[in-house]
Amino acid sequence: MFMQGNEACAEAAILAGCRYFAGYPITPATEIAETLARRMPEVGGVFIQMEDEIASITSVIGASWAGAKAMTATSGPGFSLMQEGIGLAAITETPCVIVDVQRVGPCQGFATLPMQGDVMQARWGSHGDSRSNIVLAPASPQEMFELTIEAFNLAERFRTPVIVLSDEIVAHMRERVTVPAIEDLKLENRKKPSVPPEQFSFHEFSACDISPMPTLGSGYKLNILGHLRTEKGRVNIPSQDVPRLALKFLSHLADKISAGEWEARKIKTFFAEDSRTMLISYGSTSRTVESAVKEARKEGMKIGCARLITLWPFPEDQLRAILEDVDNVVVVEMNLGQVVDKVKEVVRRSVKVTHVPKMGDLHTTEELLDCLKKVVA
Amino acid sequence: MSHPLMKYLREDWMPTVLCPGCGDGTVLQCMLRAVSNKNVDMNQVAIVAGIGCHARLGTGYIAADSMWTLHGRAIPIATGIKLVNPNLQVVVLTGDGDCGSIGLSHFVHAARRNIGLLTICFNNSIYGMTGGQVAPTTPKGTKTKTSPLGNLEYPLDLCSLAETAGASYVARWTTAHPKQLTTSIEKALEKKGFSFIEAVTQCPTYYGRYSLGSTRPSEILRWFQRNSVSVERSRKLGQEELAGKIVIGEFVDVQKLELAEQYRTQSRMKD
Repeated sequence: MFMQGNEACAEAAILAGCRYFAGYPITPATEIAETLARRMPEVGGVFIQMEDEIASITSVIGASWAGAKAMTATSGPGFSLMQEGIGLAAITETPCVIVDVQRVGPCQGFATLPMQGDVMQARWGSHGDSRSNIVLAPASPQEMFELTIEAFNLAERFRTPVIVLSDEIVAHMRERVTVPAIEDLKLENRKKPSVPPEQFSFHEFSACDISPMPTLGSGYKLNILGHLRTEKGRVNIPSQDVPRLALKFLSHLADKISAGEWEARKIKTFFAEDSRTMLISYGSTSRTVESAVKEARKEGMKIGCARLITLWPFPEDQLRAILEDVDNVVVVEMNLGQVVDKVKEVVRRSVKVTHVPKMGDLHTTEELLDCLKKVVA
Repeated sequence: MSHPLMKYLREDWMPTVLCPGCGDGTVLQCMLRAVSNKNVDMNQVAIVAGIGCHARLGTGYIAADSMWTLHGRAIPIATGIKLVNPNLQVVVLTGDGDCGSIGLSHFVHAARRNIGLLTICFNNSIYGMTGGQVAPTTPKGTKTKTSPLGNLEYPLDLCSLAETAGASYVARWTTAHPKQLTTSIEKALEKKGFSFIEAVTQCPTYYGRYSLGSTRPSEILRWFQRNSVSVERSRKLGQEELAGKIVIGEFVDVQKLELAEQYRTQSRMKD
């Protein structure tokens, strides 16, 4: 099917079981809302245009507790407004999906052109050191489709906000998208408690233990808290107990998504085996990076590339293994340098790390080849 | 013998953390009386509260599904709940700062949409939880911690805003009018659209001390009684005569199509 990235995201959300979408118009994300305004009534779901992005994300949190898989979509300035709500989703462990279609920023920047300026915001944008956001970066309409489904699965599995960090190019590009049959999709649904209300507590927290999530109105008399709590769900905590509880609870939020391996935490490599120089990219920048690698190979240069699909939690171990034997790393991203700092943490000290900034458009193959020639020489 | 309304509360959470003499407990009691009189199934109630004294009281202590959330955002959270499950009785608890300041746009838009939320605003005319700062509802001239020379700004009338924005039911009472307040909550529980009830409540700790020169709840309650004017009588009075008065009563009571219900009807028409 020939589809725009934003349309692919909207259709994938519906296939993943999303039945609540709230959003606010913003370029270049608006087509997601427009598509879902039309599609949600057809599938018995809810679409609502809220008064702003704060209302969009918070209504998504309410919808999720009312039992729906829920999503919102925005771009940089709206994503900033959502950070407050993302903190609420983190502490209440509410599954939800947020699509951020990045554009040139800050502020209005340039609304119709791409950038990758929100990588750190996606991880650190909310307050209070909450580290439970999972962030995925699609590089094509096909991946916009696949990663949106993955985002819903991960949100349900880990009871956490999952961010699809797209950009204007991926969002507005039209390409062929293969839509699998619904029976071929692996979908994760909400884990409901198996015990009656009297025996149920959803307040206990340990590192990777993810509690089942009852729905509002199902008799569990939930006390859902944006406040630090004890394991019994009490909020009148003596201050001397706060350090212990805060450490335990914040560690739980961080560890639940980083503990163990999960299939979406992945990196795709291209000609990595024999390369002493590696290009690192994610999202739409990967498209010209791959063509630059092909060109470089034609010229006999031993160059490969690695594309990060999961940005957060950062796939440190996987990337370290990929970059074990290289001398040069070139990080290609549409910003002044965000992922490059994480890459520097991962590689040996002797490795030369170069960053190629560009905003508002993809790096061209020629620009990348020029850069590679300088780096390798 | 246990209090007849104790069955609606988590007894092991008592006593509450609020100050002695606070009026919020009176509002809570009116809510629970209304729920009891109307035989509301508490398993089908979802309470959403923002941040403030009202929220500290309204979540946790009541044995029902409740969410204690972000400052000002209870209304959009409740909107998401109501749209997904219109059968739930979704109750928003808010305060004058929560609703009239940080959450003002959500409040106006919920009234405009006429979404079926019962919104009860605990108006103590000051920021109590943070220690007595000026609020958008604080009367002109009042000295607070952040208006030490006297408040220069005019107070916001939340009920007239709700009315203008299109709410289905709007009423204001004070904690000196618990029976009327209870009756209004009972009516609002049966309303389909957006209901807004403002409960003017005494804050002896801050507002009483700063504005009225008294920390005695009984004096503040008498002041509420003396200064309250019924909505009917207020229509005959001029601006000057109404200055400093609390207009009480029902401002709006109309039947209008509710959003969640309309959405469902419209969607079905499409299939």
